[in-house]
Amino acid sequence: MTDRLPEGWELVVGLEVHCELATATKLFCGCPNAFGEEPNTNVCPVCLGLPGSLPVLNRRAVELAMRIGVALRCSIEPSVFHRKNYFYPDMPKDFQISQYDAPINRGGRLELPDGSVIGVERAHLEEDTGKTTHVGGTGRIGGADYALVDYNRSGVPLVEIVSAPDIRSSAQAHAYASELRAILVASGASDGRMEEGSMRVDANVSVRRTGEPFGTRCEIKNLNSLRSLVRAIEHEAARQVALVQAGGTVVQETRHWDEGEGRTLSMRSKEEANDYRYFPEPDLVPLAPDERWRSEVAASLPPLPAGRRAVLAGLFGGSPTQAQLDQIRSVVTSDLDRVVAGAVAKGAPAALALARTANEVAANAERAADLDLDGFSRLLLLEAGGELGATQAKAVLSELLERGGDPTAIAKSMGFESMDEGELREVVARVVAELPEEWDKFLAGDSKVQGALIGAVMRATSNSANGKAVTEELARMRSEARGAS
Amino acid sequence: MSDLALQIAADVRAGRRSAREVVEESLSLIATGDDIHAFLEVLADEALARADAIDRSVADGEDPGPLAGVPIALKDNLCTRGIPTTCSSRILAGWRPPYDATVVERLRDAGAVLVGKTNMDEFAMGSSTENSCSGPTLNPRDRGRVPGGSSGGSAASVAAGFVPLALGSDTGGSIRQPAALCGVVGVKPTYGLVSRYGLVAFASSLDQIGPLGASVADAALCLEVIAGHDARDTTSLEGPVPDMLAAVERPVRGLRVGLVTELVEGTSPEVAARVRESAEALAGAGCAVEEVSIPQFRYGLSAYYLIAPAEASSNLARFDGVRYGLRVDASDAEAMNVATRTAGFGPEVKRRIMLGTYALSAGYYDEYYAKAQRVRRWVANGFADAYAKFDALLGATTPTTAFALGEHSEDPLAMYRSDTCTVPANLSGDPAMSVPFGTDAGGLPVGVQVFAPALGEDVMFALAGALERSAPTKEPPR
Repeated sequence: MTDRLPEGWELVVGLEVHCELATATKLFCGCPNAFGEEPNTNVCPVCLGLPGSLPVLNRRAVELAMRIGVALRCSIEPSVFHRKNYFYPDMPKDFQISQYDAPINRGGRLELPDGSVIGVERAHLEEDTGKTTHVGGTGRIGGADYALVDYNRSGVPLVEIVSAPDIRSSAQAHAYASELRAILVASGASDGRMEEGSMRVDANVSVRRTGEPFGTRCEIKNLNSLRSLVRAIEHEAARQVALVQAGGTVVQETRHWDEGEGRTLSMRSKEEANDYRYFPEPDLVPLAPDERWRSEVAASLPPLPAGRRAVLAGLFGGSPTQAQLDQIRSVVTSDLDRVVAGAVAKGAPAALALARTANEVAANAERAADLDLDGFSRLLLLEAGGELGATQAKAVLSELLERGGDPTAIAKSMGFESMDEGELREVVARVVAELPEEWDKFLAGDSKVQGALIGAVMRATSNSANGKAVTEELARMRSEARGAS
Repeated sequence: MSDLALQIAADVRAGRRSAREVVEESLSLIATGDDIHAFLEVLADEALARADAIDRSVADGEDPGPLAGVPIALKDNLCTRGIPTTCSSRILAGWRPPYDATVVERLRDAGAVLVGKTNMDEFAMGSSTENSCSGPTLNPRDRGRVPGGSSGGSAASVAAGFVPLALGSDTGGSIRQPAALCGVVGVKPTYGLVSRYGLVAFASSLDQIGPLGASVADAALCLEVIAGHDARDTTSLEGPVPDMLAAVERPVRGLRVGLVTELVEGTSPEVAARVRESAEALAGAGCAVEEVSIPQFRYGLSAYYLIAPAEASSNLARFDGVRYGLRVDASDAEAMNVATRTAGFGPEVKRRIMLGTYALSAGYYDEYYAKAQRVRRWVANGFADAYAKFDALLGATTPTTAFALGEHSEDPLAMYRSDTCTVPANLSGDPAMSVPFGTDAGGLPVGVQVFAPALGEDVMFALAGALERSAPTKEPPR
């Protein structure tokens, strides 16, 4: 399936992103906010909703929510907690403490790397529910023998970030979700791990004929990865267009994304939807951060991805290529921009520093933090100066990441000292003699065999030859041979 | 038990009397006299062990605290660690909280001895203690009559002389109304003066824990022990607690007291007569008493019976059979939830859950809940206007003296009307208390209600003390 709708149709998407805040404790009690522990060990009367217990707001969670607000250029406002009432076994109080018509963050925007801007309607605080596991039978909600509930997650602080319906393609939805994730991680508000559920995305999808008012939307749930998000939006848009084209109407409902089947399935329609009976939470006082607190939070906000990307782009004199822009985005997302900037500051060429960081360094992310930037920049200079070939430089970098050391010494210990010219000529001549067919083709002007010849030389020298020098030697031999004939 | 808490504590602290002797007396009175069903659970072994510990600490030269050795009863909606806490509901059958309410901790730290948990209207919803899953409590003054409610068991346990002090909770009058009907003192403190942590919530924005006692001074002493900020209740007030015990003896000369027209008119002739006499008594003690009309009071009851059920419908949602209390098994979680709640809640609780759910529903919220909140602010403004002219207000606690068992139980609205005099102070959050002041012709106690502005408990206790000293018949507690 592709991102293309039939001519004359437009996709309209709004995303609701729930992110778990990276606090030490839960939103309304002192239990640890931790993932992956023994079920029902991080619980107390408050997060179990026992009779008589009362919530006490976690100040740190408010600060992280405000950070998100500042990062998304929202206005931070006096806010009120509301109760959202509905019955569910993994929700201990059978209501969720959330924010309704007075959220802490309102009216922001998120600029995507391509320059497009998506509106952010609100980013409000709320508590997470417990987690239900259906056991036995089909293992699905309808056909299980019984269910187990783990309340460790109950009361974990969440911020729900609701975008405006400004997204017009699945690719843009992907870009929004990844940029938002990068902001959440960079701001320290959340670890943004979709696979652990600390970032969860629901998509409101509708279609319309271009220029017409918005169509009826469906909310798609169970999107556990960005790939699912893209696939689900594309599937749902196609389903809605086909439905309308066949004379049907889209019903407002919640739909479940089935990753295996690759389609969305109806969960419940609006008629069956809950009336949440929101009303102000009487156990909590209104939350009105004063100007001083707001400015402290704004001042404590670390640099955000967009700014960090701009810094790297600046290293290219303002005109990076598209491939470099992609690499810049990738190193910022991996939190490796300081590696690039550090190497460049020590004299390494920007393009090479970016390429090696985006690929080889990022591939060994757990060691990247300890990479000696001085050694890294000297290695890049060796490569740029032709003293080490690309393959050799990568081998030295791998060693530098794993064990550190001096790049020149590592190169020497790997036998990458530049061969003298005579030695190189001998090896190349020997290899060429062993591959007469390839050599003839090469002489005839077939440049495709050049790679094979270079590869053979490299194997013969255990990678110690400089690729650039081999290329030059081959060219020299060819012109010599041509001149002789 | 003829002794007051103040006397008991003074004797126990001074080693003149043992806590064991005091507690044994209380337990023996309960054992022989509780055919009025004030208690749901009597904790004899725990109480005696605790009394012995207090006696040992006195022997060791330590001070067990201002309530040393005082037997106390707790309404059964206050969480007690390891001790059943049922709210007189089948749905909490067998539940033992894993923690103590803040007030329970504070009482224990002050040397009080918990002797039992008292009967109540289920989840504090009622005005007669007839809505209890384990049957009604009888009024010790007249066993054919109700003790009032919802803290009827606590009021009856004090009136019967089983204990000198008990705690209740007051959402719309549930401490003051039974105190009046049983002839004891009952206090609803300023909202936020006492931590609600560990009080099983009925209507969170209205609920307050308070003491019931045989004397004004005992009630003041108890409230001083349980009052004060608690980090576990965000709505609890920071700052100093009013000086209450000392205020009981304070002269009231010169205090301006407003006799609220709406809390005299509409009460029975005998109640009205006692209230007017109490006003004269205060005037005699040197207060400047004047009648004042607060017309907003007439609308308090309607607002209350929307706001309280709305909050209750949400607070009681957690009783779903999943984690604790009753579970009635069924084919799936939703059916189990419905079956459990159908079997577990009594009719009045169901009625209020339905009322509250309706008042919060989409399309009705503005017309009911939101409008009730506006009325609530309007009632609070009525108080504020009156307090611009008066230091305190006076009126009846209840429209009538104790009514007969079964008299209102078929007519919910008649029952709701018995809260009409008490509800306004819950809506405004200001303190109010009921003090016995004479009886009707049949000898049933009448309570008069003293109101003060927020955190004006000192003024309130001073006036209550003056009323107690001038009350026409000063019956010893039976």
